[in-house]
Amino acid sequence: MEKFLLKYFTLIRVIIAIAIGIVISVFLIFLISREPGFSLRSFLLGPLLTRSRFAHVFETASPIIFCGLAIAVAFQAKQFNIGAEGSLYIGAAVATAFAVSTNMPAFIHIPLVLLVGGLTGAAWSFIPGILKAKWKASELVSSLMLNYVAYFLGLYLINFHFRDKEAGFLVSYQFPETAWLPRFIPDTRIHYGIILALVAAVLVYYFLYHTTTGYEIRSTGFNDRFARYGGINVFKVIILCQVILGFLAAVGGTTEIMGIHRRFVWQDSPGYGWSGIIVAIIGRNHPLLIIPASFFLSYMQVGGRVLNLMSDVPAEMITVIQSIIILLITAEAFLSQWKYRITLRQAEKGDAV
Amino acid sequence: MNPLMKSILSVEFGFAVFRVMTPLLFAAIGVSISNLAGTINISMEGTMLVAAFVGVIVSAFTKSLVLALLAGIAAGVAMGAILSYFHLRLKADIILAAIALNIFASGITVFLLFIITGEKGQSSSLKSLLFPEVHIPLIKSIPVLGTIISGHNVMTYGTFLAIILFYIITFKTPLGLRIRAVGQNPNAAESVGINVNRTRMWALMLSGFFGAFGGLYLSMGYVSWFARDFVAGRGWIAIAAATLGGYMPLGTFLASLLFGAVNALAIYFASLQIPSELIALIPYLATVIALTIYSARALKKRTRKVGEAKQVGKIKESI
Amino acid sequence: MDNILEAKNILKVYENGVIANRGVSVSVEENTIHAIVGENGAGKTTLMKIIFGIEQAQEGEIFFKGSRVSIRSPNDAIQLGIGMVHQHLMLAPDLTVAENMVLGNEPRRARIFLDTDRAGEITRQVSEEYGLQAPPDKKIKDLPIGVRQRVEILKALFRNAALLILDEPTSVLTPQETEVLFKTLRNLKNQGKTIIFISHKLNEVKQIADRVTIMRDARVIDTRGVEELTEHDIAHLMVGRDISFERIPASANLGAPLLSVRNLSYVDDEAILVLNKFSFDVRAGEILGLAGVVGNGQTELVRILAGLLQPSEGEITLRGETLIGLSPRKIREKGLCHIPEDRMEDGVAEETTLEENFILDRYYKQGFSKGIRLLWKDISRHSAELIAKFNILAPSGKTLVSSLSGGNIQKVVVARELSSDPDMIIAAQPTRGIDVGSEEMVHRLLREARDRGRAVFLVSADLDEILKLSTRVIVIYNGEIVAHFQDMSKVRAEDLGPYMLGVQREEAVSGKVPA
Repeated sequence: MEKFLLKYFTLIRVIIAIAIGIVISVFLIFLISREPGFSLRSFLLGPLLTRSRFAHVFETASPIIFCGLAIAVAFQAKQFNIGAEGSLYIGAAVATAFAVSTNMPAFIHIPLVLLVGGLTGAAWSFIPGILKAKWKASELVSSLMLNYVAYFLGLYLINFHFRDKEAGFLVSYQFPETAWLPRFIPDTRIHYGIILALVAAVLVYYFLYHTTTGYEIRSTGFNDRFARYGGINVFKVIILCQVILGFLAAVGGTTEIMGIHRRFVWQDSPGYGWSGIIVAIIGRNHPLLIIPASFFLSYMQVGGRVLNLMSDVPAEMITVIQSIIILLITAEAFLSQWKYRITLRQAEKGDAV
Repeated sequence: MNPLMKSILSVEFGFAVFRVMTPLLFAAIGVSISNLAGTINISMEGTMLVAAFVGVIVSAFTKSLVLALLAGIAAGVAMGAILSYFHLRLKADIILAAIALNIFASGITVFLLFIITGEKGQSSSLKSLLFPEVHIPLIKSIPVLGTIISGHNVMTYGTFLAIILFYIITFKTPLGLRIRAVGQNPNAAESVGINVNRTRMWALMLSGFFGAFGGLYLSMGYVSWFARDFVAGRGWIAIAAATLGGYMPLGTFLASLLFGAVNALAIYFASLQIPSELIALIPYLATVIALTIYSARALKKRTRKVGEAKQVGKIKESI
Repeated sequence: MDNILEAKNILKVYENGVIANRGVSVSVEENTIHAIVGENGAGKTTLMKIIFGIEQAQEGEIFFKGSRVSIRSPNDAIQLGIGMVHQHLMLAPDLTVAENMVLGNEPRRARIFLDTDRAGEITRQVSEEYGLQAPPDKKIKDLPIGVRQRVEILKALFRNAALLILDEPTSVLTPQETEVLFKTLRNLKNQGKTIIFISHKLNEVKQIADRVTIMRDARVIDTRGVEELTEHDIAHLMVGRDISFERIPASANLGAPLLSVRNLSYVDDEAILVLNKFSFDVRAGEILGLAGVVGNGQTELVRILAGLLQPSEGEITLRGETLIGLSPRKIREKGLCHIPEDRMEDGVAEETTLEENFILDRYYKQGFSKGIRLLWKDISRHSAELIAKFNILAPSGKTLVSSLSGGNIQKVVVARELSSDPDMIIAAQPTRGIDVGSEEMVHRLLREARDRGRAVFLVSADLDEILKLSTRVIVIYNGEIVAHFQDMSKVRAEDLGPYMLGVQREEAVSGKVPA
């Protein structure tokens, strides 16, 4: 039993952190809700109770998976680029501009719109990449600032050039049907984006762990001096992983637009970029773990919305719980005493490595 | 003279610069002081948000500015303490922990706002207080200069005090000395018996202290309410300002002034029929450019020529 | 005269199994200047760390001023009256002299303010009392290193040190500054202080010390009065060997120079000329040893050869092709491999598996990847082969490097670098800090490479190693070659010692192979 604990210690730590988060949320609900039992049920089971809500979980998971993958690739090279949100936004905006201005059969239009979005996002994240590689400028600060610039630029593009004046809100023109990502489950908005997301996760996993470039990225993350000493072009790696981040995040945003809204509707930045950071941390930057992490997060978010709607507890409780969970996960020394004691007992038994 | 130039050189602009600079400077001081100890604090955004919220709530319910001030400060210090606990004690990566704290702040403020007021967007239903404006008796009558200097919110004048306080703490107290020592050479500090972690904890808490004022000003001076995420990236710009200023009092002040000017400028560009979105992005873009220039100059990567050698041999013995 | 300090039978074994002090006993008389000498790795720094409380011994006792003491931390040592001036000065560069002086013991005004005036006063007081000038208001980074060191001494004196330990104090000083330091030390001795100093510079030991303790191989060889010994005597005691080892016959199958370095010079970021017109050749079928105390430019030389650093001037050619300006990868592809002196910093990525460490230089080559795809089956097989062939003690290729011992980690590095059968091997401090078994293996492998006609450039501060393996030896001192031994058959350690320690030098010498 203890051997098992040691081997999967990190995973167990993550699970315990999540469990603590859930316990706290239960506690909070009991504290503030006038109908705690009902609220709790809404939160924990809400997403399962109706077809549309359950579908929501899948719909929301899609862009989160993309952003999680995006962040994971950069974090694996120890590049703290948090610009997924900005790349996503401007990628989707430019993709919208392209989608509504062009006409072609769907089988070309769809991939092309996605490509335009992805490349825009990639180009956007290239900036922090090159600034870091060439001048050692903090990619954290530059990507953050560029998030804001991307937001305003994207907003300007849509509101001033592609605004649908006939619609009631500040939104873009509708996409031609040839640029719609089809939905494949009736009575829901679940679109092929989720399939793309899952495929992307597998591809990114393969990329990181089974290709030469992926090896270069991970080695740079483990020890950049080691990578350089061994001949890896670390300059290229720094830029490449951030470009990939931008591409993935932007594709994620674009699929959401193409599948759910079929027009650009984000007057506020949707926040998937930040969710991506959260699931990357929970999933320890591993593409396959990011899938369950994303579903977990999206389940929580939908649960939070149900909670918000049906009871007197606000959805922001979810944000709070999420942040507590990440704090516990990043705390390396969390539970380390426990691990140390187990290790000691194992060593005494003579079972040590 | 074209209207833009006229606007820029107007007294209103001068006034606006100081107004806009206020939260930036407080936060930048917070970033600077924690950086001096070697701990990067990127949770200013969340710290300001929390302090702003607490100030509004406490002032609305107690009708006391003083209590609101104290509560806001306590909230800011608490943020610093939490970061320090997770990073120093539980060994969390300080960047990731700070990101988590920012997310936490964003959530908990709106969460509590809803619980207390039933609203989520803004706290306008609360009658929260404002820090007063100060009209300085003689100075306000001086032409041009008077209009720029007098009439600010007390917090704006507070920034000057904050800078002085920052200077005093850093250079005139034992704690400041230890903070600087720990940041420059933790081994040296340890070798004379200083507890490096404890010193860093104090630095982070001081960081929260200064940041709190920035937040309090935002919700009780700049505007008179709290709204979700209304810090709008100022915490991040403060990091850039602190970096540009070399984490020193004078530098931080000048850099914050610069960013304040750029932000204020953005407002004036609006008169030029340029879409507001394009104006809004100027400060952030400027930050990236400033950061790049600063980093490029800090890099000393060229290979030196033999002629440049000032000394022959590491062992320093002449042939 | 009484002994101010007595260490009895100190045993210190580090976690990685290396024995740093074995049965070490030293007595230091009060009011003397006592030198401790020994090669890199002899155990002198460890002994000082134990006395100053930075490390704890497994066995042994320490007596201070006659009473048995337990020193568990630097604070304990300071309380007793022991002060240490480390080789890497423990000063905050952007603080002033006065600020560094009072750090941790700050004088206060009204309990919350730092009394900067008083700090300055204290600095001046202590300065005058001991005749050590240091401007209180200047920042450390603006002071020459001799003055910085003085500040360190003042710090210790301010804390009432009766015994001062200085770790290689003159290694960073100019001759003038050294004179000043010596005057200071004599003054301090006259004022009742006792001084221990660790040094490599035997002429200085003769100049300033009263007694000297010679250490070798984690043991104390002898402690004598300095006037009884000449520098050569001391050098002999430091490096003399009783173990016999095989001599390398002058190689019969030496080829042409494979690696040629001409007039290599390098100026570092601090504008110091670290390498000065360095020239040498390495021939196929030989091991060229570079002997020298760490810190004379070897680190920079090796990094330049591997392409990790750009020289200021000079030429490097491998088989006639220039290497300067090539990327590290290109240099490796030309057949040069590099066993780095810091295996943890450069040689391995400890957070990942052995397999991933093994393929660092070949992951993109045929057999390990097809196009962009990594062939993990082949990689794992290759990894298992390496583990077996190089006798690496690890459960499998999927083990994390961080769980291996130092010797095994070095084997991982050596396995990777040597398994590609490179023509040119650069081995920098290849057996530093590893167990005897691993060391034997590394030596065997280098010899085998040489016998197969490869060229080996061995950079080492370990004289044993240099003597055991080298076909030819060049000695580096202060960035220059000061000796070239072409026939190693009669060379002994004590012949190399004086050159390594700067006591002797040949004129106009290089490591070039005679035409």
